[in-house]
Amino acid sequence: MKYLFYPGCSMQRSAKPYLDSLKLVEKTLGLESVDVEDWNCCGATEFSSVNRTASHAIVGRNLALAQEQASGTDELVAACSACYLNLSKTDHFMREDADFNALVNDALSAGGLEYEPGSVKVRHSLDIIVNNVGYDAVKEKVTKPLSGLRVGAYYGCMIVRPDVNERFSNPEEPYELEDLLEVLGAEVVDFKMKTQCCSGHMTQISSEVAYDMIKQIVKPAVEEEIDVLVTLCPMCQLNIDAFQNEMNKHFGTNYEVPILYFSQLMGLAFGYTEKELGIGKEFVNVSPALAKIGKTTEEVPTPKKKKKSKSDPSLPMPKMPIHYRGGS
Amino acid sequence: MSVSAEFNNKQSYTKIKDLPGFNLIELVEARTPGDSRLEMCIQCGSCGGSCPSGKDMDHSPRQLFAMLRAGIVDEVLESNAPWYCVSCYKCYVRCPQEVKITDIMYTLKTIAISTGKFKVNEAKDFSETFTGYVEKYGRSFEFGLSTRHSLRHLPMTVSGTIGLGLGLIKTGRLDITPHKIKNIDQLQKILNRAYELEAQR
Amino acid sequence: MANSKTPSGKPRIGVYVCHCGTNIAGVVDVEDVANWSAEELKDIGVVLSRDNKFMCSSQGQELIESDIKEFGLNRVVVAACSPHLHEKTFRGACERAGMNPFFCEMASIREQVSWVTKDKKKATEKSKSMVAGAVNRVVYHEALEPIKVPINPTTLIVGGGIAGIQAALEIANTGHEVYLVEREPSIGGHMAQFDKTFPTLDCSACILTPRMSEVGMHPNINLLTWSEVENVDGFVGNFDVTIRKKSRCVIEEDCTGCGICVQKCPITVIDDEFGVGIGTRKAIYTPFDQAIPNYPVLDKENCTYFIKGTCRACEKFCATNAIDFEQQDEIINVTVGNIILATGYDLFDARKMPNYGYGRYPNVFTSMEFERLCNAAGPTNGEIVLRDGVTAPKSVAIVHCVGSRDKNHNNYCSAICCMQSLKFAHIVYERTGAEIHNFYIDIRTTAKNYDEFYQRVLDEGTLFVRGKVAEITDVPQNEAEEGKLIVQAEDTLAGLQRRIPVDMVILSVGLEPKGDSDEVAHQFGISCSSNGWFTEKHPKLDPVSTMTEGIFIAGCATGPKDIPASVSQGSAAAARVISYIEMGELELEPVRASVIEEICSGCKICNDLCPYNAIIFIEDKQVTEINEALCQGCGTCVAACPAGAIVGTGFSNEQILAQIEGLMMDFSVPEVV
Repeated sequence: MKYLFYPGCSMQRSAKPYLDSLKLVEKTLGLESVDVEDWNCCGATEFSSVNRTASHAIVGRNLALAQEQASGTDELVAACSACYLNLSKTDHFMREDADFNALVNDALSAGGLEYEPGSVKVRHSLDIIVNNVGYDAVKEKVTKPLSGLRVGAYYGCMIVRPDVNERFSNPEEPYELEDLLEVLGAEVVDFKMKTQCCSGHMTQISSEVAYDMIKQIVKPAVEEEIDVLVTLCPMCQLNIDAFQNEMNKHFGTNYEVPILYFSQLMGLAFGYTEKELGIGKEFVNVSPALAKIGKTTEEVPTPKKKKKSKSDPSLPMPKMPIHYRGGS
Repeated sequence: MSVSAEFNNKQSYTKIKDLPGFNLIELVEARTPGDSRLEMCIQCGSCGGSCPSGKDMDHSPRQLFAMLRAGIVDEVLESNAPWYCVSCYKCYVRCPQEVKITDIMYTLKTIAISTGKFKVNEAKDFSETFTGYVEKYGRSFEFGLSTRHSLRHLPMTVSGTIGLGLGLIKTGRLDITPHKIKNIDQLQKILNRAYELEAQR
Repeated sequence: MANSKTPSGKPRIGVYVCHCGTNIAGVVDVEDVANWSAEELKDIGVVLSRDNKFMCSSQGQELIESDIKEFGLNRVVVAACSPHLHEKTFRGACERAGMNPFFCEMASIREQVSWVTKDKKKATEKSKSMVAGAVNRVVYHEALEPIKVPINPTTLIVGGGIAGIQAALEIANTGHEVYLVEREPSIGGHMAQFDKTFPTLDCSACILTPRMSEVGMHPNINLLTWSEVENVDGFVGNFDVTIRKKSRCVIEEDCTGCGICVQKCPITVIDDEFGVGIGTRKAIYTPFDQAIPNYPVLDKENCTYFIKGTCRACEKFCATNAIDFEQQDEIINVTVGNIILATGYDLFDARKMPNYGYGRYPNVFTSMEFERLCNAAGPTNGEIVLRDGVTAPKSVAIVHCVGSRDKNHNNYCSAICCMQSLKFAHIVYERTGAEIHNFYIDIRTTAKNYDEFYQRVLDEGTLFVRGKVAEITDVPQNEAEEGKLIVQAEDTLAGLQRRIPVDMVILSVGLEPKGDSDEVAHQFGISCSSNGWFTEKHPKLDPVSTMTEGIFIAGCATGPKDIPASVSQGSAAAARVISYIEMGELELEPVRASVIEEICSGCKICNDLCPYNAIIFIEDKQVTEINEALCQGCGTCVAACPAGAIVGTGFSNEQILAQIEGLMMDFSVPEVV
């Protein structure tokens, strides 16, 4: 499968390991991606705080460049959640609101560009991997299953919300990442904070508010004995990883939850080395966690469907959909 | 052409609230892409209840909407709430009236800046520093951003932040020089036009 | 034949333009329309034109009558509201003056003009063109006689909830026969599942079961439970209905309802239907003790005999040999004159709101689960306990509006949840003494004694939090929250984000149309609103009728309702049916399609298009024929016929084309610059 790729600023530097590992995963899965040429920043969450029209115009430039460059594919893929959302949202608003479409195109015309809304399909890398490549094809490539590793899927916000432009997952209860991690052989924990915010830009605005929000993610992860949190967003990775120590200092705690990109775990399962995947550049040391891979502690028998004994007074639980991992 | 001089234009927007017939609700609705549905709020509070930074906000989004309806301008634009919005969109997907809450927050911030009403300097400066780099280079520049910003606003944590920065540099996760896109001229032309258009909305 | 008739006599048309108070006159210059019609349309045959404040008033009607007599009018055009409302009124006036009522035509200048614009100039212009269209059309009208159909006095009622039960009893008590068809093994509907009813706190079963047994014993009611309507043909007065009576594996004539088979059945399964997944039942079962009828149903999917071929315990112990494993479904054909649909509602599936944790957290219950929990006949014998079956809750949160008033789910108010939630608060208070928080957006207690009940619950100490619950979690942020469910909401009155730890949460889930309401509507030839509720003929003035004659609707099938409203509708629908039966025959609009045999080429294009199955093909003659009694005059075949061989009485080509011509008449006066 071929598609255009929008890397975004973070993946050039702070999230470089995400990009590197993703490229290796793409290679293994036979995905061909070409970068959008001379792309500019998507504006993150900051440009729209300063100027609405401009914030969408700069995204419009990226969409227009992608539209020009598109040949043989109309899929525009981003791996950073904020980039993915901004591309998707601008396209959505341009489709929904004719005046707004005219406005953005007016700005674009100053640079000799034009974008026809809907002409590229904005997708996230995870969406491509689970829905185009498929779990079975991923499973075939697994050479080193991640058995023994307790992982928590951490989606954060912008990959699942808002629910504009036919987002591929459920805004409150996504399951694709868990399904993928299970295919890689990891032990997937039902991480209830999976769609909670990492604190976003609050690390830059009010540390106290940010630390509180980071703690809300990290503490339950520790309580669930999660070895590694798995993310698909550079901002989430940075906030949970780089500010964890600051947060610990603030609260006098000593939580230690490493966080990796999903592509890094895929890479490990596909047999790439930690170095190739950029693992080791985290603030929270991930080595102890990764050392557990393959070392299956005593075989945990898959809990058999308990047959209700006559003396058990408890009431039945509601039936839930197949992807559902929760429940007590 | 000096880029910074060029973009200082946006600081000198007319103080719109002084314009005759100024109506903040209408302005918010006009400047928010798509249909903001602001007028549809039933004051249920699912936004304020969902908000991860809600307990630190001066007002919940719901309260801001009620204040907008009451014709209150200054207190709305001075509120920290839009700046404390983390764009998690929980309220957005849960709002039973499909009010585009997060987008309204963005618009309120832009109006707070252009009217000089913002109270949360850290946040406003962070946003402006960020956009400044994008205007100049076409890319965001994490190193410049975090150092400039930290030095100005977070002296208490600056040692920690510098440690963090150094850690990122050591591991190759932070550039110390910005990257400029090739066709920065084109981007700047687009931006100039966009600023003009926004001012007319 | 309509097409060959020339207008009978020289047209003498009277035009009446109604003000409808300010409804029309506030936007349309009615006087101008009337004067213009008198002047500009006189060549077509308008001999007089008047405007009047309320044409529908007796004074307005008398005006038409006296004009017909005095000026020898032979056509009347009334420009007023929709014909839906007053066509009958004005036709009646014409008839009283000795004119055939079908020489009266209406122009809807209220619904189609004044109510849809504020532009006075354009509204007046459009009114003129609509009047011109009606005048042009009425010239080609012809005298028609209404079609009379006899009414079969037997009635079919679909749905054995409280609305259907009420309707069945009302009709049966007047001595007429009723077929009551219920999909489930017993009648009783949702009301049979409830514990108490608001605001009186009557025991639901105590007030319902006498009605149920009355139905069971009634000589005029043929009760068909575990049955579904398969097909409906025909029209008002004469519907042919096919009913599938599903196999129960129990011979009803022989079964005494002793219950030994249920007792001896070794298989216990979760009861997902009556027990809403919280209770259990056997593989052969009656849904509840007071079920009507009381003979059981065998659930083949879970029966050991059907799975493995052995067991037959029920058969062994049955004293009357009433178990029949070979029993087949039975097809029953009945002919009825009227049908009442009282098919009820479904409940919103709380799993669609993952942020409320239903299914994830054991102690989040739905309202119906809670009803079963506090019902003495429920799985805990009425004890209010957590999902573990033993622990009594010390604190309970009751969440209103779950899935209701929410554009992400159902955008309407479910009407009953406020009172239901207040009822729950009272029951929890009375039986557990737990601390109670009710989370609401607005409290809606509009019926008799409802607000008084709210006062009572306030007085009992229930804590009300005005705020739609954002999420329910078990992830604690402090010690007080450990081991609890935390309900997070904005307390909009205090202006605070609050996290309230509780032991139990009850979700007051909203009401939804039945999952198959679209199919049912299609089967019976009625329509659904965009939400999926059955559409009334008129939401205020004819709430139990549908646009299809002879098909009536009652209860929650038309929208969320409490018990008193459902019962009232059951009675109302019954009254409509009884009046039809008493009339003996019904006059139908003579708007029908007919085929001109000489022109019909026998192409059969129209044959499959008729929604009422009124078209048959005559093989001998190789032409199509339309059954006048079945035809509803919808015009589909008229439009489809490539040869123009089908004509619609009252909608002939001449009439339609003349109307279009009138509508397009250029009467605009150039603006003075």
